[in-house]
Amino acid sequence: MMGTDDLAALLETLCPMFVLVGADGQISRVGPTLQKLRPDQSMAGRQFPDVFELVRPRDVISLSSLLASAGAKLHLKLRETPRTALKGLIAPLPDGKGAVINLSFGISILDAVRDYALTSADFSGTDLAIELLYLVEAKSAAMEASRSLNLRLQGAMLAAEEQAVTDMLTGLKNRRAMDGTIGQLITGHLPFALMHLDLDFFKSVNDQFGHAAGDYVLQQAARIMVEETRNGDTVARIGGDEFVIIFPGLSDEDILSAIATRLIDRLQAPILFEGNTCRISASIGIALSSQLKPPTAAEILNAADLALYEAKRTGRSRHCLYSVVAGRQNGNAEHGVASQL
Amino acid sequence: MHGLINRAVQSFVCATYGYSCWLRVTEAAELGFVEFEAMLVYDDDMTQRVLDYLCADLRRPRSEILEDLGTYLVSHPNMEGLRRLLRFGGVTYVEFLHSLDDLSDRARLAVSDLHLPALELVEVSPAEYQLFCHPGLAGYSSVMVGILRAMADDYGALVMLSHADQEQEVDVISVVLIESAFAEGRQFELGGRKS
Repeated sequence: MMGTDDLAALLETLCPMFVLVGADGQISRVGPTLQKLRPDQSMAGRQFPDVFELVRPRDVISLSSLLASAGAKLHLKLRETPRTALKGLIAPLPDGKGAVINLSFGISILDAVRDYALTSADFSGTDLAIELLYLVEAKSAAMEASRSLNLRLQGAMLAAEEQAVTDMLTGLKNRRAMDGTIGQLITGHLPFALMHLDLDFFKSVNDQFGHAAGDYVLQQAARIMVEETRNGDTVARIGGDEFVIIFPGLSDEDILSAIATRLIDRLQAPILFEGNTCRISASIGIALSSQLKPPTAAEILNAADLALYEAKRTGRSRHCLYSVVAGRQNGNAEHGVASQL
Repeated sequence: MHGLINRAVQSFVCATYGYSCWLRVTEAAELGFVEFEAMLVYDDDMTQRVLDYLCADLRRPRSEILEDLGTYLVSHPNMEGLRRLLRFGGVTYVEFLHSLDDLSDRARLAVSDLHLPALELVEVSPAEYQLFCHPGLAGYSSVMVGILRAMADDYGALVMLSHADQEQEVDVISVVLIESAFAEGRQFELGGRKS
């Protein structure tokens, strides 16, 4: 059997954070790295429980009961600050002469190297501590690069959304594009007509058959609107089931009424989706830019909105001209609401 | 080519020759953008065009510029993180040289799609080494010469480096260690990472 000095020399090479304790629980030797954690106070000569607090297993008090847990993982903490957490493994020496406890930092390694200014020389050649530290730094740097890329991509995405003029679902123009078109027409003093179209019974399609059916119905409605208008007209989806159609250069209310009638006719046709028959309709309000002096985007939209409200109020699936609403307000009710039922 | 490599070139050019130089080069190379993203992968051809136009702009041979890039990667304050990662390779310059065998594996451990050519250190004598740079990245051995030189300063070692020769596409760098503790060297603390 080798002596304590030989054993300590061997342990210093292999595991620089060992503790050698006698049968009475007194520390006889510790590894150099472990001693580095308490540079001002020699650990040798003190009782093991005075230096280290055993966190787990909890119910162990004496060295003999600790020896009984040989091979199991020990969780310890230094008693005094900094209270570095340590992992340990205990192996009894032959003939009841005490035990060797090998300690390591475990996850507390990151704080430990900073708190105790440890260097590569403080770890045994087989310890993965240095590789772990390397990996933490390398991964942090890579993560930082990825994070900054993500932030920039997110910014670019928001900017792109901000500038988008298309409604993703239907491929129609969106509200921003509509605002732009109206603005250009007004600035250029070009007369135009504006239809505000609201789908009727759309909500019940959504409720009855689900959002996929609702989306499909919106796409079909969009297709119909594009087919029933000219290339130079602008069809925009400005809300869930709300659409605006702008007709540059068109100011004939008869033609607009005919277009509205045809649109409602076609939108009323049943739409088949996965075996279900979806039925919707539409109400339309129509205003002309020439009816407002001076024409502003808000005024024209408001005028079409008033006409739409009137069409809804009088029973849906109809269109109504702003001139009629305005005329009646002025006590000149020569037109009623054009019914299509 | 991995964005990290392109980004290294960009950072080097901007810090050494100025942003206007970088703008001229990226425009001449017709990249269509100015900033490389570190975590994206680009066509190899883009990197080659950037280097070609950089050489033309600076009127310097490519190997010289790449050597300076290697030095920059270790010694410039912008690159402190990378210097630290290299210093994890060993306590002494010789240990660091030996750690180069693992460099490509270490790089891949950190960034899984970053493939660096294999390096192989052969000890001729305790004071003389040969580093074999395997093919896969044109100009890598020139960058390595710059890195080895700057790391010698970092460790405080005095070395002589030369591009020895080429054996079947493998570039050989000769490292002669004149004194391992010639100067103080720069500090390296394991826990010195900026947080």
